[in-house]
Amino acid sequence: MGFLDNLINGISLGSIYAVIALGYTLVYGIAKMLNFAHGDVIMVGGYVIFTMMTTLHVNPYLSILISMAACTLLGITIEKIAYKPLRQATSLSVLITAIGVSYFLQNMALLIFGEKPVTFTSVINLPKITLFDGQIIIKSETTAAIIVSVLIVVGLSLFVNKTRSGRAMLAVSEDKDAAQLMGINVNRTISLTFAIGSGLAAVAGALLCSTYPVLSNTTGAMPGIKAFVAAVFGGIGSIPGAMIGGLLIGIIEILGRAYISPQLADAIVFAVLIIVLMVKPTGILGKKVSEKV
Amino acid sequence: MKLKIKPATRRSFVTYAIVTAAFIAVEVAASLGRTSNMFIGLLIPFCVYSIAAVSLNLTVGILGELSLGQAGFMCIGAYSSAIFSCMTKDTITNALVRFPMALLVGGAFAAIFGVLIGIPVLRLRGDYLAIVTLAFGEIIKNVFAALYVGKDSRGLHFSLTSSGDLGLEPGGKMIINGALGISGIPKDSTFEIGFVVLMLTLVIIYNFINSRTGRAVMSIRDNRIAAESIGLNITKYKLITFGLTAFLAGIAGALFSHNLAILQASKFDYNLSILILVFVVLGGIGSVRGSVIAAVVLTYLPEVLRSINSYRMLIYSIVLIVMMIFTSNAKIRGFFAGNLMKLKAMFGKQTAAKEGE
Repeated sequence: MGFLDNLINGISLGSIYAVIALGYTLVYGIAKMLNFAHGDVIMVGGYVIFTMMTTLHVNPYLSILISMAACTLLGITIEKIAYKPLRQATSLSVLITAIGVSYFLQNMALLIFGEKPVTFTSVINLPKITLFDGQIIIKSETTAAIIVSVLIVVGLSLFVNKTRSGRAMLAVSEDKDAAQLMGINVNRTISLTFAIGSGLAAVAGALLCSTYPVLSNTTGAMPGIKAFVAAVFGGIGSIPGAMIGGLLIGIIEILGRAYISPQLADAIVFAVLIIVLMVKPTGILGKKVSEKV
Repeated sequence: MKLKIKPATRRSFVTYAIVTAAFIAVEVAASLGRTSNMFIGLLIPFCVYSIAAVSLNLTVGILGELSLGQAGFMCIGAYSSAIFSCMTKDTITNALVRFPMALLVGGAFAAIFGVLIGIPVLRLRGDYLAIVTLAFGEIIKNVFAALYVGKDSRGLHFSLTSSGDLGLEPGGKMIINGALGISGIPKDSTFEIGFVVLMLTLVIIYNFINSRTGRAVMSIRDNRIAAESIGLNITKYKLITFGLTAFLAGIAGALFSHNLAILQASKFDYNLSILILVFVVLGGIGSVRGSVIAAVVLTYLPEVLRSINSYRMLIYSIVLIVMMIFTSNAKIRGFFAGNLMKLKAMFGKQTAAKEGE
């Protein structure tokens, strides 16, 4: 494995983190909550695709669409049942509830699909790209991950900045009460955020499981945490920040695994996060919020 | 003359009494042979989680900062005390002498790391602090999982890659074997020691909360800027609290490790930190007694549900969500508070009527 191979793998993993991080960043930016269950929605998305493709023999792309629909519905349901009653509660209560939801999804999956990890069939069938006479081979999953993440970042930026609903999201993230006074339906905006975030989680699930084809009920947990790290790294609440953070975390993880120590790769990722937050407490692209006395 | 007791003192003594009563009840039940093996096996975890929960309550409830790194400090305490015990197993043979020393070693190392980590980390607040403490916990876990330590006649050897790298002499002994962890830790933890340590922890924490330092810390929690403006050294008080939390978590870790035959770093992942945070939040943030009760009940609950094994964690998660919604939603709480008042008023009338008879 040359350096370039590792770099490409890093970008591939980073693109997946970026898609997950976008979901985190959206929800955190608007609902101001750490949605710990986000990683598990990825896992649910993976299982939906797996069931569609392996058991029901549905076309892969249709499976992704169905999975996106299912996850969007799941996200809205979770928000309605578990988070909405806690709109006025302290952030700690919401965090614990999110952890409860995360446990619930993991154990539900355990009950339905069992303990044994399943082997996931890749949903992507693009041709491989071969460069420099076969010295570097870019897998189709990598190409797909990069293209999809870039498309999502561009699409989401356009959506947030150009459409009415998107601008409502921005307003709610800025000041919930003022937004309400301006006639924005805050509850609907938050639901919409969860819907988009969960839909993205389904896409992330498809990419993640295609690249690393083992799926179990805890598949989403660690990537979820790392994607959150990526979101914080890039500056939470910032869409391009999530992309940059995701890519950097992915690259650092893969390079750390290859050149420093495979066991310490995760530790290196977290150490870099801590250093960044020490130097720039709001992340790379985060806005500085001045403190009111 | 009526004896006047400060409410704070009364509160702490009620907690001591509850814990002692529970201890005596368990001891009596055990001597009568009325306890199941499962329950006996849970006694030390009860103590471990209670200590971990009340110490985290210092940071979350008294200091008002969210920490998700409790497992990391427990990990340091568990490992350092286990190494200490493994090394002194042959020289200090009396477990009653060795184990308190091991506990202190575990606590001291965790406290040192707590302060070292606290200096940079406590500048951050809220969710950022949470994610950074989580990151530190994961780093500690990963480093211990990759650590190889061996001992031979030339002293200690460390490696982060493999056991072969240590270059041990033929007679050398492995102490930490990477992800396989430490084996051969003396089983020094007993319920009695756990109880004593828990009581000491409670005494330390109650006295800390009701001390000048404790009040200073709470004033920082309630209004940081006001506290700063009357001349409180914010960093100092934050570090003291964080260090004390780490110290007690380290002791909990030491108690934990001496109850296991094999200690592996993978046990101390962020799920453990979250579990302990759940104890603190469900017990009532800032309530020491609540933390102990929640730790015991929520450690016991999954074990009781073991008969319906595959559903138990599902039920646990539903209980968690429902309890959070019920305790945190203003409307629901108002509903219960209103009814409680009505009930109280009803009973109040009855007792008043009785007194009038």
